[in-house]
Amino acid sequence: MTVDPQYNTEYTTENTSPGYTADEMMTVAAARALADGMTCFVGIGLPSAAANLARATHAPRLVLIYESGTIGAKPDRLPLSIGDGILAQTADAVISVPEIFNYWLQPGRIDVGFLGAAQIDKFGNINTTIVGGDYAHPKVRLPGAGGAPEIAASCAHVIVIVRHSRRTLVDRVDFITSVGYGQGPGDRERLGLRGRGPQQLITDLGVLTPDPRTSEFTVSAIFPGISEDTIRERTGWDVRIAATPRVLPPPSDAELKALRGFRGAGPCQA
Amino acid sequence: MAQIVSLAEAVRCAVRDGDTVAMEGFTHLIPFAAGHEVIRQGRRELTLVRMTPDLIYDQLIGAGCARKLVFSWGGNPGVGSLHRFRDAVEHGWPRPLEIEEHSHAGMANRYVAGASGLPFAVLRGYAGTGLVGQTSTISQITCPFTGEQLTAVAAVNPDVAIIHAQRADRNGNVQLWGITGVQKEAVLSAKRSVVTVEEIVGSLDARPGAVVLPSWTVSYVAHAPNGAHPSYAQDYTVRDNDYYVAWDAIARDRERFGEWLAENVLAAAGSPA
Repeated sequence: MTVDPQYNTEYTTENTSPGYTADEMMTVAAARALADGMTCFVGIGLPSAAANLARATHAPRLVLIYESGTIGAKPDRLPLSIGDGILAQTADAVISVPEIFNYWLQPGRIDVGFLGAAQIDKFGNINTTIVGGDYAHPKVRLPGAGGAPEIAASCAHVIVIVRHSRRTLVDRVDFITSVGYGQGPGDRERLGLRGRGPQQLITDLGVLTPDPRTSEFTVSAIFPGISEDTIRERTGWDVRIAATPRVLPPPSDAELKALRGFRGAGPCQA
Repeated sequence: MAQIVSLAEAVRCAVRDGDTVAMEGFTHLIPFAAGHEVIRQGRRELTLVRMTPDLIYDQLIGAGCARKLVFSWGGNPGVGSLHRFRDAVEHGWPRPLEIEEHSHAGMANRYVAGASGLPFAVLRGYAGTGLVGQTSTISQITCPFTGEQLTAVAAVNPDVAIIHAQRADRNGNVQLWGITGVQKEAVLSAKRSVVTVEEIVGSLDARPGAVVLPSWTVSYVAHAPNGAHPSYAQDYTVRDNDYYVAWDAIARDRERFGEWLAENVLAAAGSPA
């Protein structure tokens, strides 16, 4: 197994029989993508679990920002919603909702936007609006946009975390709720989107990153024990896999302990 | 000057059939008691405005009060779907529901425009999304100074705004703190307003970071302790996360929802019927 030099070698490289779940590996990989001291606009669910794990392990100075207007929240358990009391009570500042979007997100002050998705396509466009049918008569009505369109537009970069399946990783999304690279290179600039767009798509099988030439998401890292065939079978487009994809180290004991500690302490999002 | 009245009277005076009603509170301070009072009074044909419809509008939609929903994120936070909302959109039950959909940034700015007495607000938003084509309340605009293409969203000016706050004084001045969401903008954008409060006190202590709505910006104040449940009022009550989780099974089934509504809202003590 190769160890990614960008990560601390303190992670164990022994591929013991799992000892952790695919979801745990995904959450740990997402947490590792957040560097200490970054400012991070956190969506609820998987992103919140990963961001809180990062803060509890290698990134104690990670600034968590929730769209409820809580800046620098330091929850000791995973919040169920973006507006749980623990976020406001532990925040550096609590501001109004117009202010969080207008003064903080819109000017590009925030390093990372961390999002989930019901569907994401090969260009990183996100759908959280409808699946099937048409907009007026959807087969499945999803919750909608929330803060995501402007998070995807304005954060310096974006990380998306989803479970890997053909239903989720699709060739074309049924509806563009939040823009990744649109139809390909140049679309973000043409649309006036100022952030760099989705830089990493982290799933429970591996990590996909946009090809700098085509903007199409390609597999750049694979989790221990996952085969390339599994990734191809569970991706809704003919996905390219790097010639020698990195194999990421499995979760360390410290990471697993912190992550499982959250679950014992409150609602589980992951 | 705000009048201090009972919750039933406040809702009777402020909310009429066909009104555009904004019940705000961003996860925190959601005015559930007032929402249930609107259901009990049988209001119909409402246009309901709220960034996060949450359980409160799932209940109003399921009860048949709404003709239209204006919103930006319609889920059960951390749990999943709002099943009454989905049933209305997907199957027209108990009646078809028209929707006007935005992002949070857009909705927040629509309230800001409404509160500011402006016809629209400007933001960087929506570019390239499918939301643009679905409503006439999103449009492109050219900056007169730089020529830059930006997005305009139409102001929201509800007939009534309803919010929950921690405290009011005996003169009807209102004070709220913690996550304050868009409540100030909702009240200032509306023609009329109802504020339910945990507590009515002799006078308000200054509190850093609190929003104060002077009495002359509010129509009615009603004492409704625990009136945000299952949402919460910081320093008074805590969010009832178990209720949010349990709601999923109740709302999933029309019959079970009907029983819940009959027992917990329509038959609730103090109902003016």
